[in-house]
Formats: sequence, C-alpha cells, structure tokens
Amino acid sequence: MLAFIVQRLFQAVVVMLVVGLIAFALFQFVGDPVNNMLGPEGSTEQREALRERLGLNDPVPLQFLHYLRNVVHGEFGLSYRMGKPVDELLVERLPATIELVGVSAIIALLIGVPMGVYTGLHRNSWLSRVFLTVSLVGISLPTFVIGIVMILVFGVWLGWLPTFGRGGVVDVGGWQSSLLTARGWSHVLMPATTLALFQLTLIMRLVRAEMLEVLRTDYIKFARARGLRNRSVNFGHALKNTLVPVMTITGLQIGSLLAFSIITETVFAWPGMGLLFLQGIQFVDIPVMSSYLVLMAFFFVLINLTVDLLYYAVDPRLRIEHTGGGAH
Amino acid sequence: MDPAAYGNRPLLVVRDLRIEFPTRRATLVAVDGVSFHIDEGEVLGVVGESGAGKSLTGAAIIGLLEPPGRIAAGSVTLAGRRIDNLPYEEMRRIRGSQIGMVFQDPLTSLNPLYTVGRQLIETLQTHLDLSQQAARARAIELLGEVGIPSPQLRVDQYPHEFSGGMRQRVVIALALCVNPRLIIADEPTTALDVSIQAQIITLLKRLCREHGAAVMLITHDMGVIAETADRVAVMYAGRIAEVGRVDQVIKRARHPYTDGLMGSIPKVGTDADRLTQIEGSMPRLTEIPAGCAFHPRCPKVFERCTHERPDLASVDGAQVACWLYAGAPAEAIDRV
Amino acid sequence: MSSIVVAPNEIVLPLGKRVRDSLRRFFAGDLFHSFRRSPVTVAAFIVTVLLFAVALLASWIAPHDTANLSTLILSDARLPPWGVTDAVGTSGASKFVLGTDDQGRDMLSAMMFGLQISLAVGFASVILAAVFGTALGLFSGYVGGPIDSLIMRIADVQLTFPAILIALMIDGIAAGVLPRGLHDEVKVYVLVLAIAASQWVHFARTVRGSTLVEKGKEYVQAARVIGVHPVRIMLRHVLPNVMGPVLVIGTLSLAIAVLTEATLSFLGVGVPVTRPSLGTLIRIGQQYLFSGEWWMTIFPSVVLVVLVLAVNLLGDWLRDALNPKLR
Repeated sequence: MLAFIVQRLFQAVVVMLVVGLIAFALFQFVGDPVNNMLGPEGSTEQREALRERLGLNDPVPLQFLHYLRNVVHGEFGLSYRMGKPVDELLVERLPATIELVGVSAIIALLIGVPMGVYTGLHRNSWLSRVFLTVSLVGISLPTFVIGIVMILVFGVWLGWLPTFGRGGVVDVGGWQSSLLTARGWSHVLMPATTLALFQLTLIMRLVRAEMLEVLRTDYIKFARARGLRNRSVNFGHALKNTLVPVMTITGLQIGSLLAFSIITETVFAWPGMGLLFLQGIQFVDIPVMSSYLVLMAFFFVLINLTVDLLYYAVDPRLRIEHTGGGAH
Repeated sequence: MDPAAYGNRPLLVVRDLRIEFPTRRATLVAVDGVSFHIDEGEVLGVVGESGAGKSLTGAAIIGLLEPPGRIAAGSVTLAGRRIDNLPYEEMRRIRGSQIGMVFQDPLTSLNPLYTVGRQLIETLQTHLDLSQQAARARAIELLGEVGIPSPQLRVDQYPHEFSGGMRQRVVIALALCVNPRLIIADEPTTALDVSIQAQIITLLKRLCREHGAAVMLITHDMGVIAETADRVAVMYAGRIAEVGRVDQVIKRARHPYTDGLMGSIPKVGTDADRLTQIEGSMPRLTEIPAGCAFHPRCPKVFERCTHERPDLASVDGAQVACWLYAGAPAEAIDRV
Repeated sequence: MSSIVVAPNEIVLPLGKRVRDSLRRFFAGDLFHSFRRSPVTVAAFIVTVLLFAVALLASWIAPHDTANLSTLILSDARLPPWGVTDAVGTSGASKFVLGTDDQGRDMLSAMMFGLQISLAVGFASVILAAVFGTALGLFSGYVGGPIDSLIMRIADVQLTFPAILIALMIDGIAAGVLPRGLHDEVKVYVLVLAIAASQWVHFARTVRGSTLVEKGKEYVQAARVIGVHPVRIMLRHVLPNVMGPVLVIGTLSLAIAVLTEATLSFLGVGVPVTRPSLGTLIRIGQQYLFSGEWWMTIFPSVVLVVLVLAVNLLGDWLRDALNPKLR
C-alpha cells in the first residue's frame, strides 16, 4: 500500500517538474519579458536594472531553480498586461471556476451515471433509444452552441435566468462563493448545465458501454446460473464492476471540465480563470500563460492521484502485490 | 449413493430439443431434435467436437440460452415438470437450487471484486432462509468439502488469491452449495493444468455422489468420460449419434462416428503405427448435409444415408442413430 | 461480352472487370447491407455528401462574394432572413435569404465559405494527425522495447490534457514565438498543426495495438527471418490490416477537429477574421443575441451541429459495421 502511494507521488512530482520545465521554457524563449513590461520606451539603464531584478543575467539552470522556488511559493510573476501579480489574479478568479466546475461535475454524474446504467440494462426499450439519440446529438453539440441556445431561450425569449456574469457573491472566509444565494444559483445554473451537457453524454455512453461489456462476462453468467436475483446480478455484481473503470475516466473528465470551462466562461462572461487564460493567450501574456499551465497540470495530477487511490480502494486485485497468488 | 439404488428414475428428460439462431441470411439450426435422459444420481457424459452443440444444449436446459438463440421445439422436463417454458422468475428459483452449472474457465467465473465467502453466502441466502452467521458457517464447511485448506481463513479472500485449481474448487462449491439435483458441468477441466484435471474431476464425481446430484458432463475429452461417466451421449452436428453405457460405447462403439472417435484415441498396450483419422471435418451450421449428417465422412455409408435422417434405434440397450441398425425404434423414455 | 456492371439500383457503368467484381462484392456484402438497413445512416451519408459538396463548390454557388470586402454595403447590415420582420420593423428580402451579419455579409454565402474553411482545416488536421499518428504507431509497435514504452507514456500523458487546451497552448506559443506579421499569415497552418497535435494520439495507440498483434503472427516473423526490410513489412502487411480502425478513428476525429476549430475560432484564437469559419460567424453573431437578432448566430450553429452530427453518425455506423465482434 505504501509502495503504491510513494510510486504515484513520485510520478506526480516528475510530471510537475516536466511541466514546470515547459512553463519555464516559455519564459526563456518566447518573447522578451523586459520588452513586454517596459515597452519600447524604457532606457537602457532601466532595462539593465529590470534584468538584474528579474534575475535574467543568471545562468539558465539557476534561473530554473529560482522559478521552481517561486512556483512552490505561489509566486508566478507579474502579468504583462495587467501589471498585477499573477497569483493575485488567480486567487481572485479561482473560486468562480472551481464552483462552476464543481456544480457541472455533480450534474453530469448525477444524471449521466443512472442514464448509462438504464440504457445498459434495458437495451431495447424506447426510452433507451431516446437517451442514445439525445446523447449522440449531445456529443455533436459544441459547448458554446449549447450556451448560446440556452441564453437565447432562457435569457432572451423567456427571461427566466440572467444571461451573463456571476451574481450573489458572498465572502466565506476569503473564498468568494456564489452558491449560497438564490441569486447566485440563478447565475450559475445555465453555465453549469452547459458545461455539464457534454460530459453527461460522454459519461452516459461510457457507463453504458462498460455495463454491456460486464453483462457479457462469465461471472455474470455464473451468477445467473446460481439463480441470483436480477437486482443482485445487475446492481450488486454488474454495476460495481462497471464503476471501477468508469471512475478513472470520470476523473479525467473532471480534468477536461476544467479546460472546457474556458469556453463556458467566454460565452457567459463568467469571471473565472479560463477567461484570464484566454486573454493571456491573446496578448501573449507569458506569466499568465505559464502559470495557468502549471496550475492546470497541478489539478490534473491531483485528480489522477485521487482516482488512483480510489481505484486502489475499490479493486482488491491491486492490493495484493507481491505476496504471491495464493498457495495451492 | 449408488445410482442403482434410485431405481433408475429419470431426473431430466430432454425430448426432441431444437435450438435455432435466426440470422439475417437464414435460420441456423444448432441443435436438431436431440433426445436423452439422465437418471437420478448418474453421470451422463456428453461428448463431441467443438461446435457439435453440447454447450448449447446445456445452456438451454438451465434456461440461459443467449438471444438470438432460442428453443424452437422440444421439451425439457425436470423430475416430471416441464422447465423449458417457465416464466423467468420461476426458472430463476430452479437455477442454483435444482440445477447447478459449472463453467469452463475458473478465472473468469468468479467476480474479482467480491470475496469468495461473500459469493457463497449470497448464493446460500438467495435460496435458503439462513442467517448471516449460519450462511457463513455453511460456506466455510463447503470450502472444506471441496478440499480448500484453512477454509476459515480463505473464506475472506478474493478470487485472485487462489490458484486455478483452487478456483475451480470454489466454483464447484458454489454450484453445489444449495444441493441441486443436477449439475451441468461444461468443460470443467479444459482450462486447467493436466496435473490438476484429474483431481478436479475426481472431486466433482465424489461430491455429486455424496450430495446425490446427477451430472451432465460436457466435454470433448473421451478420457474424462471413460473415467467418470456412467453413460455417454455422443453428439455430432447438433444431433445425437449414440447413447449408451460407457463401457459399452467405448468397447463396442456402434455408430461409425463413435468408432472413429475411439480409434483416434491413443491407447496404452496397443501397438499401432498410426491413429485412425476420420476424413474431413464436421460440417458448418450452414452446410449440414441431407439425411445423416455424418454420411459424407462415413466409411460405411450407403444409399439410404444420403437422403433419410436416421432416428435413434435401440441396439442391445444402447441407442444409435444409424441406418446400419435400423430396426427396433428407441424405447420409450418417459417412465415417470 | 461488354464490360458493364449492374448495381442493385440498376446503374449501368462501363468499368473494368476487377473494379466490377469489387463493386459487386461490396454491394452484396455485409457492409452495404447494414448501411441500407439503417435509414439514419443513409440520411447522415447524404447530408455529409451534400455539405462536402457545398463546401467544395462554395466559390461557384454562393450567391454573394462575401470575401470581397468592397462589395459590402453597411446599410445592408443586420437584415433579418427572408420572410421575417425584426423588432425594429425591418423585413428580410429575397436578396439575402438568411439575412446579413453586422458588416452586411450575406449569411448564406458567409456560411458556405465558412463551411469551406471549417472543413478544410478539419480535413487537413485529421490527415496530418492520421499520417503522423499511424507512422508513429507502426514504428512504436514494431520496434517495441523502451522506445515503445516512452512513446506510449508521452501519449498517455498527453491524453490527460483535453484537445482544446493543447491546441490553445500551441497556438499561444506560436503567437509568442513568431513575429507579429508572420504570425497572421501562418495562423491557419499553426491552427492545423495545433488541432493535429491534439488528435494524433488516437491514431497512434490503435495502430500500435494492431501492429503488436500482427507482429506476433507467424507470417510477419517469417518475413523477418527471410530478411525482408522492416519498413516493407510494416507497409505491406501491417498497414492494410489497420486501415479499418484508422478509417473509423479518422471519421470521428474529423468531427472532433471541426468542433475544435469552431471552438477556437469562437474563442477568437482560430482562423483570422478576414476568412471567417463557422465558429467565427457564431462569435460575431453572439453579440447581437440580446437585441433579438438571432439569425446571425443561430444559422451557422445549425450548420455546424448538423455537419458534426452527420459525421459522428457515419463514424458510429462505420465502427459497428467494421467490428468483427458484432457481426
């Protein structure tokens, strides 16, 4: 057990280092930070002073170490465009994105998994066919189109929900949450649903596919041959075995939710990190870009680690590593 | 108990069973008019090449034929009661408690996520009214019966912690735990090491005898049949070629196909340069010949075989589907 | 004997004998049969062909030349579709059947050209990803060992990052690395590269898997023993066996590529604004949603969704039809 965790942690650190290297390379090779910050007007002395201050005259490996140290301390440098420290910008925007992604993930799971189980168990019912058709349309609909249509229908035509921005924000110990007010929920509902729809259809199709696979296995046949009740066979045996691989993919999906939140934030003008990153790309704001990269990598690594641990807890085959395959 | 003590009461009667697979092009007949019976407590071997329809027959009997396969005609009777047309829930109750089944691959027969004990307890509690403790005690007892050492420890272990032979023992325990009257064993030793096959077969036979269960032993291995079965049915292309007592069929095979099968098995003590071979191969489901299915490969074929399909005819207590033995029709087999 | 072939719907074609036989086998075979049986798939196929044709012929069949900025009249801007009257009382006209955008561009024509760009970028990316991914998969599977592990590890890590993110990063890096003027010109190429970079992994993994399977087969081992050059083995023996899955992945990948391009253009980092793709049109149109001028954004959205849906349906059918397990 311990060996497993250590190995995974080690892998995580390696990935972070590689990502850090890439992010650092961005700084080194893309554009000139001094130029970006001072513009064309700065005098030579100012440039030199800035170079000293930024540590740009040190040998490259040393700069990398400095960079790493800064990253670990949460210092990502100054945004070229806005002049503010990037970590401040991130902290400002983080709660909005996290809450959006969180609500979306819950919606996607709560609807996607049961739909997938149903269509897996009742392959030929009309409801299954409806679900499958809807899901096929779902994965063909780009997120931004869904968002636009929702805005049109629920915002402009029906006027039920606000069409942009984040509202009803309450300060909870430094975390700016919008989930504690009805107004906040009215703002988060459309973006979260838009974001969830794509993932929902993917999860549904995945659960269905896994369910069908599992229902074909020998142990399910044997369970039926022993006369176990349908409920036990379908939910006790089939579902549990289905959920194991589904968990991994779902974990990865949460990662992609983070990425797709960029689109949703754009459509709904939701003030999250995605929007920040996008603007960073448009203005080639290197500190913002590289810190977003590092932050994203961190989240992905964290999610992967959590999924790995969950996998370990659920699947007993992973727990017995080198104690032998049982004596005959 | 000795099967003779049961007084030869047929437990399972399969009559004219026909299993079809509707496909896009045509309806394939995988099992065509198969009839046999199994008496209480006896071991019937069902032998034949891959694709002869043995496993399908077994699946049909226990009601687990996978769609689009379906029973198109015939009947399956268990202790006098027809079971091939029962509603799902009633058949479910029969499965496990009256008819048990053992599959070929112990590796995939057990759910890897549950302990062996849980799978046993679940089966016991589904059919019997047992408390958790009583079920657990019974589970440990069963593991001991199938020869698993330290059962009270191993009952809480997962399938992957057992070796192949041990796993098959667990499977047998699961199949027998509610004391069914019939066990269908579909190639129970094919996936095991040769050294373990004998152990498992012996175990199966002994336990079934002790529990008073009849066995339908499906296999392609004649050696296993010779050691274990009381009677044997030889299947070919979805039909029964010959049924009879094991010593009869082996020593004096009547159907040319059975004869060929026997000849192809190497025997200690016989001095032969070559094993006999049967020319050709079993026909595909889409190309079954008219008349006797074996006639294109039969060394004793004559004109009648090519267009008339032979019924099972009685010959010295055995039954053979071959025009060489046309004469007395098969004895009536429903003696309830 | 004249060399004609009669297909089920009785088209009579003069063709050579080999082609005739192949066609006959195809029409009588399982693939075509399952195709005909599924009306949805047939519909999807027709729609796809139609859209491809429109994209190909856009320059000739578009009613207005929207690329030529000098032909745009601002007073024509934001006109509703024919037969619709907007909130201000302006009515659409037959000249601009689907209305106009904020610059006076005819929606129908703009959409045709947009479709052309979207499909061009999509196809280019998929072909690039397919060639690169297949080559890498063949190489990785054949060579095996630590190189194979390394390549697969990289692929695995890349898979954990969504396509959008990868495409965005490459785009952003290119923007920073290339001098400003050059960047605008090569923006489309960078886009194609970025999308291809996000898709190659799917091809590589599948091809590698098939390569491993084929590598173990005796005829390949025999060829190696004889001394046939490995590249020849890979190309002549493994590649044909892999074409089926590659085709399936290619179709589904095309759908994803088109979606990715549309998304990137929508976000403003895709194709340059002078040659708007469907995504760009949707972005421009979104600003006018609130004033009730829905046509500017909805029509391109519909075309985009229909295109991706049709391609997805085809890909789904192809996957089921080519899957030996389900036959």
